[in-house]
Amino acid sequence: MGHPFRDVAIVGVFNTKQARVLEGYDSQTIALEAALGAVADAGLEPRDIDGVVGGIASNFLYQSRIGPAWRSMSALGIPAVIEGAMAIACGLANTVLIATGEAGSYRQHASTAPWTRPTNEFVAAYGMFTAAEFALMARRHMHMYGTTPESMAHVAATIRNNGHVNPQAVYSGRGPFTADDVLNSRMVADPFHLLDCAMTSEGGTALVLTHADRAGDLAKTPVHLLGGGTDHYGPSYQHPPVWDLGGVRRPDLIAGHVGRRAAEEAFASAGLGPSDVDVCEFYDPFSFELIRQFEAYGFCGEGEGGDYVMSGVIEPGGRHPITTDGGTMSFSHGGASVQLFQRVIRGVQQLRGECISSQVANAEVAMCTGGGSGALFTDVLLLGKDRP
Amino acid sequence: MSMLTPQVGDIPLPDPGPISTPYWQGCREGVLRFQRCLDCGAPTHTPALLCAACASMNLEWVDSSGRGEIYSWTRVWRPVTPAFITPYVPIIVTMEEGWSILSNLVGCEDNAVSIGQLVEVEFHHNGGPNDIWLPYFHPRSP
Ligand SMILES: [Zn+2]
Repeated sequence: MGHPFRDVAIVGVFNTKQARVLEGYDSQTIALEAALGAVADAGLEPRDIDGVVGGIASNFLYQSRIGPAWRSMSALGIPAVIEGAMAIACGLANTVLIATGEAGSYRQHASTAPWTRPTNEFVAAYGMFTAAEFALMARRHMHMYGTTPESMAHVAATIRNNGHVNPQAVYSGRGPFTADDVLNSRMVADPFHLLDCAMTSEGGTALVLTHADRAGDLAKTPVHLLGGGTDHYGPSYQHPPVWDLGGVRRPDLIAGHVGRRAAEEAFASAGLGPSDVDVCEFYDPFSFELIRQFEAYGFCGEGEGGDYVMSGVIEPGGRHPITTDGGTMSFSHGGASVQLFQRVIRGVQQLRGECISSQVANAEVAMCTGGGSGALFTDVLLLGKDRP
Repeated sequence: MSMLTPQVGDIPLPDPGPISTPYWQGCREGVLRFQRCLDCGAPTHTPALLCAACASMNLEWVDSSGRGEIYSWTRVWRPVTPAFITPYVPIIVTMEEGWSILSNLVGCEDNAVSIGQLVEVEFHHNGGPNDIWLPYFHPRSP
């Protein structure tokens, strides 16, 4: 049997303008702008789309009268990309649009953003939100392995500096940052300072996948899906985020390593390993999660992530540069779903060689991720320039 | 430094469901309860239909000793909503019976928290439409 995604390519990607507040937009209009941008980036017309993913993408389907079309409601990041690819691989659709956007839904900042706040009866009364959930994971790692706030701050400064030099980042020009700047910012949820955490913003994003046989005729260099996987332990932010939470089917895998199985499957499918990854477009809800991911995916041993990120590999010019547009800390965090696609968008731009900042020279393989330990899920997608 | 106390503001309170009602009734009575499997003996929390170890539906409610030790903690300075007074200290406690619970630490200075700290449950009356008593934990001696 051939590679499951041999016949699929990503041919269009687009981020709208991202900002703390996008005046004059709502979630529907910013997502439609993203959808049109991704279709144009591919050199296609709306009528070429015969499959859509996401609730907002289906509005594009109606407005452009491209029905009847295949549709999935899958909305959250890499699983949606994998589902769109499966639809093409299975012959359910030829060209799939995935689009989302968020604007106008969170502008009163006395409380943390609504998507960060759980409603479950066993956590809400204790003041839990995403920073506290992830902090409970990070604190356990510090206790077990001696991981330091300095190593986390180095990660945050590196990502924020990628955003600083990116003209399209919400926090473009806000730096440069040192690790001390991060450590001196006010404490949010110990061990996370303000600059260890993602921001909130608004924006839209979209991508287009099509059959690989057609991809060569389109506007941009096609990018291929070499492998992907999703690891979930249950609903996010409803149960205690226990590092050692295990499962009966694979007792060797615990929530602290969530994403390991997904990465193993993705690498096996690609015939590659961590050393082959040229760009680490890792999801960055909190600085610690980068340290954790390098361990979970096998770039370094368990407990070695703190030293690993301090060894010169994650900066521009290092062997495994991270989150090269500034990620959710500096580029954008457009709500509940937008930013979960943007590691994939950036991975595609890196492999095309079209990044206007922090372009990794001759990048062949990009690893894109979403989620994190505090949310009890991590999704992984390996992208490459060569058809698998 | 500040003394950690139960929250008294208009915080979100639980809305017990069919599975969790015995848990919240226990809190009302001053007893922390968890589910134990009648087939394999494993403890389960949060309240569930299935045993976390063997997926049996044959679960019973039993009283916990209320004692455990801190497994992980954080100290929050940016509250989830303005109703919460800061700092507050979310903790995960490993109970003596081997199950984990999320709560807040009270009854000590905010900087006195550490992993391995021995703690014991106490209950605080929040009221609301469901007459909720929330379990919190305070330090204890061995
Ligand atoms: Zn059992």
